[in-house]
Amino acid sequence: MSEFLSDQGINAALKVRNLDFYYGDFKGLKSVSMDIAEKKVTAFIGPSGCGKSTLLRTFNRMYDLYPGQRAEGEIIFHGANTLDKGYDLNLLRARVGMVFQKPTPFPMSIYENIAFGVRLYENLSRADMDNRVQWALEQAALWTEVKDKLHQSGLSLSGGQQQRLCIARGVAVKPDVLLLDEPTSALDPISTAKIEELVFELKSSYTIAIVTHNMQQAARVSDYTAYMYLGELMEFGVTDELFMKPKRKETEDYITGRFG
Amino acid sequence: MDARYQRRKFVNGLSTALSGIAVAIGVAGLVWILATLFIKGLPAMNWAFFTESTPAPGSEGGGMANAIVGSLLIVGLTTVVSTPIGILAGIYLAEFGDRSRVASITRFVTDIMLSAPSIVIGLFVYALFVTTTKHFSGWTGSVALSLIAVPVVVRTTENMLKLVPGSLREAAFALGMPRWRVSLDVCLRAVQGGVITGILLAVARIAGETAPLLFTALNNQFFTWNMNEPMANLPVTIFNFAMSPYENWQNLAWGASALIAILVLLLNVLARVVFQSRSKS
Repeated sequence: MSEFLSDQGINAALKVRNLDFYYGDFKGLKSVSMDIAEKKVTAFIGPSGCGKSTLLRTFNRMYDLYPGQRAEGEIIFHGANTLDKGYDLNLLRARVGMVFQKPTPFPMSIYENIAFGVRLYENLSRADMDNRVQWALEQAALWTEVKDKLHQSGLSLSGGQQQRLCIARGVAVKPDVLLLDEPTSALDPISTAKIEELVFELKSSYTIAIVTHNMQQAARVSDYTAYMYLGELMEFGVTDELFMKPKRKETEDYITGRFG
Repeated sequence: MDARYQRRKFVNGLSTALSGIAVAIGVAGLVWILATLFIKGLPAMNWAFFTESTPAPGSEGGGMANAIVGSLLIVGLTTVVSTPIGILAGIYLAEFGDRSRVASITRFVTDIMLSAPSIVIGLFVYALFVTTTKHFSGWTGSVALSLIAVPVVVRTTENMLKLVPGSLREAAFALGMPRWRVSLDVCLRAVQGGVITGILLAVARIAGETAPLLFTALNNQFFTWNMNEPMANLPVTIFNFAMSPYENWQNLAWGASALIAILVLLLNVLARVVFQSRSKS
């Protein structure tokens, strides 16, 4: 683990250095250091409670909403440490988007669900906004299914469609990084397949970090995989290598299903 | 085994019967009240009832126009004033204050206000405004009613916002949305049906309040739009007329009672319809 991707000439969108995370007195992350490669998919796997979601939530400082949770260390994004006190959180979250485990459409129309976030940072004309909404829905492979009912409530869609709407919403603001926190765990296999395809498509334009409980999914969609256990980053590397010949015994036990 | 089963069947039958009787008693009381109101009140609701002002003691005819307009003005103003205050305070409690000291004190005071006897609130406003301005007025009536309506709106707004799932709030923050927009545009919007229901129920509650108006808006025999003057209103007029010895006044009081009951009933039905349609979308 001595060598970072950025030392190997790979561009890193996020550089995590000596990151500790605390839920009150409980230490949720222990000195995590790694790079998230630009325009690649990085998967986080590990048993429940290992800190993979916690790590993801430090990238957009989601934990900041909750008193008692704090992070120490560095997460370098565009040359600045996002954990610094004065860092503009709204701007960070506009550039580091997130999609959650359960679909969370806003209580408004499909169109508004997407336009709403865009309007926060850009002042677009009606035609430009229409284009942006269409573009985002196309990126999320949802356009053909909803183009005739853009003004219906986002809540009227199926679960899988709602999740793709949330991805479209995240993509619409053109972030650099997209964080996916178990995006398919509440979905049926067909919707899951669609979202996996989507992740594969999206990585040409975005840096993606995905937390998943499904090891096949990690193997299918990701370029790099991080195995975490008890708040520590146990092993990190190119996905194929990590799955074919893991360096550590614990990793092997987990991915072969003997543990976890 | 068989004896136990028989016993269980008996207990089941008994409790079903008991709860049936309890429902019947409750519903019978309600039906009785409504039936009496409508039988005695509906005949009084003629054209003059809505167009003419309250008659002089002992004279025939007349109506409730001054009291109806007075009530509409006082309750209308109360709604306009207390809705934004109540909603904003509710948002503060649910979204911003949370566990802070200010919030817990506000919550405590709101709870006391919710259960405060309305006559106490009437006396308070009387002592504070009526004695200092030296006259009764429609304005002070609205102040008193607002003190009753605001806590209702605060509590329903806060309770509804508490129902917003944390994941929805996080999703909004994850887009880089500033806090006030998350509260107003996402959370409040998600529960607007419940909040509107709370407002309608608060209006229904104050529409029939008598005691606070007795000390504030008082009453007025004449028709007026001027809220600086004492103002006729349905509850106080009902109170005065029902206790009077004049049959004409008593009939008008029945009519006014039926009118309030119908309005409150409509508001409740409206609240249900709104809640159901809004919480689906």
